Formats: sequence, C-alpha cells, structure tokens
Amino acid sequence: MTVMNYRKAIAEGIGRALRSDQRVVFLGEDVGAAGGAFKSTVGLYEEFGPDRVWDTPISEQAIVGAAMGAAMTGLRPIAEIMFTDFLGVCWDMVANQVAKARYMSGGQLEVPLVIRAHGGAGLGFGAQHSQTWENLLMSIPGIKVAAPSTPRDVIGLLAAAVADPDPVILLEHKALFDAKEDVPDEPFLEPLGSASIRRTGDDLTLVALSAMVPVAVQAAATLEAEHGISAEVIDLRSVTPTDTATLLQSVERTSRLMTVEENPRPCGWGAEIASIVAEEGFTFLDAPIQRVTSANVPVPFAANLEHATIPNADTVVKAVLSYS
Amino acid sequence: MNAAVSTDELTDWLRMMTLIRGFEERVKNLFSQGLVRGTTHLATGQEAVAVGASAALQPDDWVLGTYRGHHHALARGMSPASAFAEILGRSTGVCRGKGGSMHLTDVSHGVMGSYAIVGAHLPIAVGCAWSSKIQDLGRVAVCFFGDGTTTIGAFHEAVNLAAVWKLPAIFVCENNRYSEYTPIDQVSPVAHAAADRAAGYGIPGVVIDGNDVAAIRDAVDVAADRARRGAGPTIVEAETYRHGGHSRADPATYRPEQEVEHWLQRDPVAAVRRQLEATAEPGRAEQVETEASDQLDRALEEALAAPEPDLSTLTDDVYARAL
Ligand SMILES: Cc1ncc(C[n+]2csc(CCOP(=O)(O)OP(=O)(O)O)c2C)c(N)n1
Ligand SMILES: [Mg+2]
Repeated sequence: MTVMNYRKAIAEGIGRALRSDQRVVFLGEDVGAAGGAFKSTVGLYEEFGPDRVWDTPISEQAIVGAAMGAAMTGLRPIAEIMFTDFLGVCWDMVANQVAKARYMSGGQLEVPLVIRAHGGAGLGFGAQHSQTWENLLMSIPGIKVAAPSTPRDVIGLLAAAVADPDPVILLEHKALFDAKEDVPDEPFLEPLGSASIRRTGDDLTLVALSAMVPVAVQAAATLEAEHGISAEVIDLRSVTPTDTATLLQSVERTSRLMTVEENPRPCGWGAEIASIVAEEGFTFLDAPIQRVTSANVPVPFAANLEHATIPNADTVVKAVLSYS
Repeated sequence: MNAAVSTDELTDWLRMMTLIRGFEERVKNLFSQGLVRGTTHLATGQEAVAVGASAALQPDDWVLGTYRGHHHALARGMSPASAFAEILGRSTGVCRGKGGSMHLTDVSHGVMGSYAIVGAHLPIAVGCAWSSKIQDLGRVAVCFFGDGTTTIGAFHEAVNLAAVWKLPAIFVCENNRYSEYTPIDQVSPVAHAAADRAAGYGIPGVVIDGNDVAAIRDAVDVAADRARRGAGPTIVEAETYRHGGHSRADPATYRPEQEVEHWLQRDPVAAVRRQLEATAEPGRAEQVETEASDQLDRALEEALAAPEPDLSTLTDDVYARAL
C-alpha cells in the first residue's frame, strides 16, 4: 500500500495502464511535457515518451475523434478533456459518434476508449469551468460514466475503464485533488457499475457521487453525533451502469432515501435514482424520496454565491432534519 | 512608427497602457493575497494590442475577447472600479459578481463578453457582424483571440462564414507564442498561425508588431474601413508576448530565458513612454503615470469596500423573469 492523493492517483492510474498494455496511448492538451493543467499527469511523458503520451493542439473535436478512430482500429486511447465543460465543444463526437458506433454498425465497430475530464465547482472557476455533467452523459445510451471520489477509485475505475470494451467517461473532481488514501501497489480494478458503501447506517440512505461523497459522509457523522440519526452513505461511483441492487438493499433496511447531487435539480442523476427506487422499492419506503441539489443557476463566481449554490454538509443535515 | 501620431494621442495611449499595466499588477497582488478566487490570466506585455485596436474603433463598435481580457475591457472604457469589483466577486462588479476575471462584460462600452471556452467567441463575433450588416448599423465586430485558438474548429468555421458573407468582422490574433504551456510551432504547421490561414479563406491576413500601438491602430483602421465598405473581414495577427505565466501562479519555466529577455526589452509600455518623452514637455509622462496610478488606487479602494453580492441575487438573471 502507498498513501497517495487524488491528483497523484490520476497519473498513477494512467501510468499503470500505459505500463501494462502496449495498446494504451494517452492524449490531450498540455498533458505531456507540461504535466497537465492541474499537474495531474506529471511524469508520464518522461516515463513513456512522445509515442505513448501525445500533446495535442486545442482541438477537442480532434482529440475525441482521433481517439475514436484509434480505438476502432486496435488501440486503447485515454483522452483527456481538461475541464468537463469543454466536452461541450466535442459533444458531437461524444454523443453522436463515440456512443453510437457499435449500435449503428450492428456490432461491427468497437470503441474501447476512455475520456477523462476534470469537473466540478467550489473553487471560483466561474460558470464555464465548474460544471458536473454526469447527468447529461448518463442520458446517452452507449457510453459508461463514472466519477471517482477517492484516490483508490481514481486508479481502480480507470483500470476498469481501460479494460472495458465500451467507451467510458471518467469525471474527476477538482475539489478532491488533495484527498489522500492508501492504494494497493499491485494491479487492481474497481468494477464499473458497483457502488461503494462509505458508511453504514439504519435510519436513512444518503446516495452521493464524486465531491458530494465526503459532504454526505460529513453530514452523516454530524447526524450521528448531534442528532442520534444513523445515515448510510452510498457512493454511487458510476452512474452508467447503475448499481441498483446495492441501492435497493440499503433502502430496504433504512426505508428512507436522500440523494446528494452537485448538478442543478432538473434531471439530475438523483432524479433517475429516485425513479428507480420509486418503481422497484416503493414498498420499502416510509417517506417520500428527497433530493439535495445545487441551485438551478449557472455556477456563480462570487464566493458567497458559489457556496450558497452547492450542497454542503450543513445543507444536507438541515434537509435530513426537516425530512420526516 | 507612424509619423502621424500626435502628442495628445501618445498621451492617451500611455495613460491607458499604464492603467492596464497597473491594473494587472494589482490583480496579481490581490490573487497572491488570496483575495481573487479561481484563476486569472493577465495581459501584461500585451497592452498595445488592446489600446491600438481601440484607437481605431468607433464607440459603438463591438469587441469580444477571452479569459485574458482585462486589457480589452479597460481599453474600451470599462471602469477600473467595476472591473476590480468583479474580479473580487463584489456586488458592484460589472457582472454583479456572477462572472469573475474570465468573463468581464460591459455592453455599455461595446464589450460584448469575455469568453472562457477557447474559440467560442469567434462565431459569436461573426454573428454580431452579421447583425450589423442585416440592420445596416455600420458597426464592426472585433474578435480578440490567441495563437493557440487557431487550432480549434470554431476559428475556421467563423473565418469562413465571415468571409463568404462579407461580414464586417476583424479577427485580431494576439500571438503571444504559447497556448497554456505549449509553443505555437508545436501545434501549428504554418509560421503565422492566424494570418497564413487568411489566404485559404480569400481574405487579407496581415502580420504586425503587436507591441507597436500605432502599427496595430493602422492595421485595424484599414481592416475596419474594408469591413464598413462591405468588403468583408480581415485577419490581423499581432506578434506580442505575455510577460508572465499563462495563469495564476504559472512560473512559465517552459520559456527560454533569452526569449523572455528579448521580449522584455521590447516592452510596449516603455516604447510608448519613450515616444511621448521625445515629443512632449518634460514631466508629461510622469504626470500621466501618477494620474493612472492614483485612479487605480481609488478604484481598488472602492472595490474592496464594496460588499459581497446579496444572497437574494443568486437566482437573478438566470432568465429575464424568474420562472
Ligand atoms: C475549448 C477549450 N479547450 C481548452 C481550454 C483551456 N485553455 C484555456 S486558455 C488555453 C490556451 C489558449 O491559448 P491562446 O489561444 O494562444 O491564448 P492565450 O492564452 O495565449 O491568450 C487553453 C488550452 C479552454 N478554455 N477551452
Ligand atoms: Mg497564446
């Protein structure tokens, strides 16, 4: 085991993939010589050189398009989009091309690529550099979508994504870069479509993703210590596929469900979770499902406005206390 | 250097260049004190492009710029106090604290937005130019962008559309030789990443000294003239340099020392100052600098005294009327 932070785990995960599979190539803007805009890919260019780690122009369409072509013809590209928001620039590639190739070709084409992007709010980056788009991506059939909340999952989910025959989008969160954790030195993977229970509890189930996982865990600790409420925290980890079994088993015991989401409310990923549990676990529930989400606004710049926009442990505790 | 530059013009230019330089220095300090959140991209070293282009424009012309856009906004007349306040996330900010450093916008001065997705504003600028043509407004739309932006599809679509529709647009590339950390020659196969592309779209492309205010003014003047005549767009590529890193605390160690030194010797603010000193009475330059510095101190004081936005404004301006 080695203690590692989330930022370092990104380079570690990519490095492990490059080391263990010659078909893996890594491309993106400033990912090589500069070590990444967030210094999350430091050392890869030095270790693997320009034939495996490719610095691209500012050309998101070409990055994802080229990764798709390479994936269709025998490589396993990992493409970095610097900020999740820039997926907007190559939305055609993601939503119309990558996601649909297998289906439209009747299974002839295969696109085993990984797209990684850094997303999320809380750091004052403004409305075009702070979004979480798991929910948008989740509504496109043909791609898998995961969002690690810990260093271990950064590495494990990436390993699963690289091994997967389908296109996988991994959304890393900028606010988690300094989170530390022990990670195994030997190869391992965390399967896509498997949620992780971060804290066990009996009175209510909190489902969270990415940076909302530590928020939910912190809220659960306060609820236990100050209010005698025992909350279970489920880290969904991947939204596609969704681990409905873990969810339903938890709600069967707790009878209450609250989602904690960073996206704005309309069509957030939690709406899908709520609908699944309402359909398949209705009889488990003792109360209506609740959702805590960001305000329905573009992420504002000013500190107080931004903090008022995103859920924090306090807002989750308050929501739980007013939830009967 | 154009002979037809008057002492009054030089005075105005030095005033604005000093104002921009001092503004950016203060932003840098505020950032290192932790008073500016997120990120900032300073235009230190690139002042001449904004000042020269503005000198060629009419008050009702439009400009669109990028996250590295404080200089464009100030050169067009945005009040330094409301720019500081925006960057500090205060209620008196020009965007009421909603935008921040990367999104300075001041419609009253024709600053139609600062855009943080590379390339996005080129098609939008083309739309402004199109609108001017349809409504017969006689206005031009100037789009400022970086060398690295020539590698994104939006650049090519925008230039092509403006050319084929003969729109009154001017594409001003501030070629500071780098994207974030990547030298332009590693990502562009042609020597002049913007201007060399003009031929492919059948429009003029000119390369000028981007640290020479008069050269920029003259090039934009010619381009504006062509645009207003209905002859179509021009690409103006201004060769310049950012004195500091790309953003935040980037120490810019990827740049060769001699290159940095070469460009520091060609500082555009010092150049205008020398020109003014050669023609104006002694003391004029110092006076201009003192006035600009005092103006900035007052503006910053005002901005720092302003409150954060009221939380009740959080949901304002998502729609014209709350849903
Ligand atoms: C679509 C998109 N891709 C990547 C980025 C990240 N990014 C911000 S600035 C920048 C470099 C732009 O270089 P250039 O056009 O030369 O402008 P400069 O910063 O030098 O003014 C990059 C890659 C972005 N903002 N938008
Ligand atoms: Mg540049």
